[in-house]
Amino acid sequence: MMGTSGWSMHAPSMLTRLLVFVALSVALMIADHRGQHLERIRQGLSVLLSPIQYAAALPGELSGWTSGFFGGDRGLRERYERLNAELPLLQARLQKYEALAAENEHLRRLLGSAARVAERAVVAELVEVSREPFTRQITVAKGRQDGLFVGQPVLDAHGIMGQVAEVGVLNSRATLITDPGHAIPVQVNRNGLRAIAFGVGHPDRVEVRHLTSSADIREGDLLISSGIGSTFPFGYPVAEVTKIVNDPNEAFLEVSARPVAQLGHNKEVLLIWPAEPAEPTAAAPRR
Amino acid sequence: MALTQHNRSRLTIGLTFLAAFVLSVLPGPQWAEPFRPDWVGLTLIYWCMAVPQRVGVGTGWTVGLILDVLYGSLLGQQALAKTLLAFLTIKLHLQLRMFPRWQQAVSVFVLIALNYLLLIWIKSLVGQTPIKWNYWTSGIVSMLIWPWLFIILRDIRRRAHVS
Repeated sequence: MMGTSGWSMHAPSMLTRLLVFVALSVALMIADHRGQHLERIRQGLSVLLSPIQYAAALPGELSGWTSGFFGGDRGLRERYERLNAELPLLQARLQKYEALAAENEHLRRLLGSAARVAERAVVAELVEVSREPFTRQITVAKGRQDGLFVGQPVLDAHGIMGQVAEVGVLNSRATLITDPGHAIPVQVNRNGLRAIAFGVGHPDRVEVRHLTSSADIREGDLLISSGIGSTFPFGYPVAEVTKIVNDPNEAFLEVSARPVAQLGHNKEVLLIWPAEPAEPTAAAPRR
Repeated sequence: MALTQHNRSRLTIGLTFLAAFVLSVLPGPQWAEPFRPDWVGLTLIYWCMAVPQRVGVGTGWTVGLILDVLYGSLLGQQALAKTLLAFLTIKLHLQLRMFPRWQQAVSVFVLIALNYLLLIWIKSLVGQTPIKWNYWTSGIVSMLIWPWLFIILRDIRRRAHVS
């Protein structure tokens, strides 16, 4: 019934429709690339689409729940024992930390600089990992109502994972340090050598660029956040240097490092409010 | 009567796309990422081929935009890619219907690969491009999955009398 008549009616208009939609896409891309005008639209749409994300997260949660339910006793006991073994270790480390924190504060007072305010942290659940092969992003189940802000550092138990790129109402998106568009100021923990670690899109590699061959950096060095640029607070582990290639033809060293944070394994991440809670209150009144 | 039939067809097509979206954002291990087929692209190709009078460039644009939001990518890039995918499929739909299944699958690979090539171009235009060859593996997996997906979607189409 639709056969020939329907087709011949559509045929002449299809090219124009194609052009219209292509133009629309290009306009969208330009607007999205150039500015922040489309953030509202994107957020609105992502709220509308959040059921899809929840549906996608369901099987994982279900399997976690069933394995928790049926895996029962032995698993729990093992876990209990492991945690029990870990506890004294962590406590010992914590004691040292407290002493260090006190000493640090004392030294800062001697120097006359303001002591840093304790950092506030919130645990957020990871809802989704970016499917796009080029970008390294995650979505966490916290949003504007929790006081998140763009640029907020995201951590796990081991080190820095990335920063919040987009705050939605219920969910937020964070860019990982391995994203090709991300760079983080770091320093070598051993000697304070400053550098910048760039993401390259590889799931567990970042590159430290623009270090000359005379730079004092070795394989195995720990890179910590340097606090420069004030997005990331000072002193959190970022990556461990795995490979250094010194090609005499190149101006700079080729340094690869593996992120310390377990970017591919986490179910929960930490969001922190560095320094004073100035940013969250500045962001909060919008609600 | 005609209206309800019309709406039922729409609902059926919408539900298959919904399933494709869920499959596209289903969490999985990192190493398996390059092997994830382009579910939405495959579904779009099927419907454009089977009912071109109903699913076309407009549908392609809409599902592409939804993918952009789900992926958090530059708004419009998937929309553009899926618009062109729908256009090409409709242009070729008579040939595609005639092809034996394996030849259809190869055409699907070409279409999906073009789709990805376009995405790579857009990415490099906005300046974020470590080009990796495993980007193409998704097209190959899509090709391998096509015959089975085709049978499933054809069954759905016949049961729901989508035309």
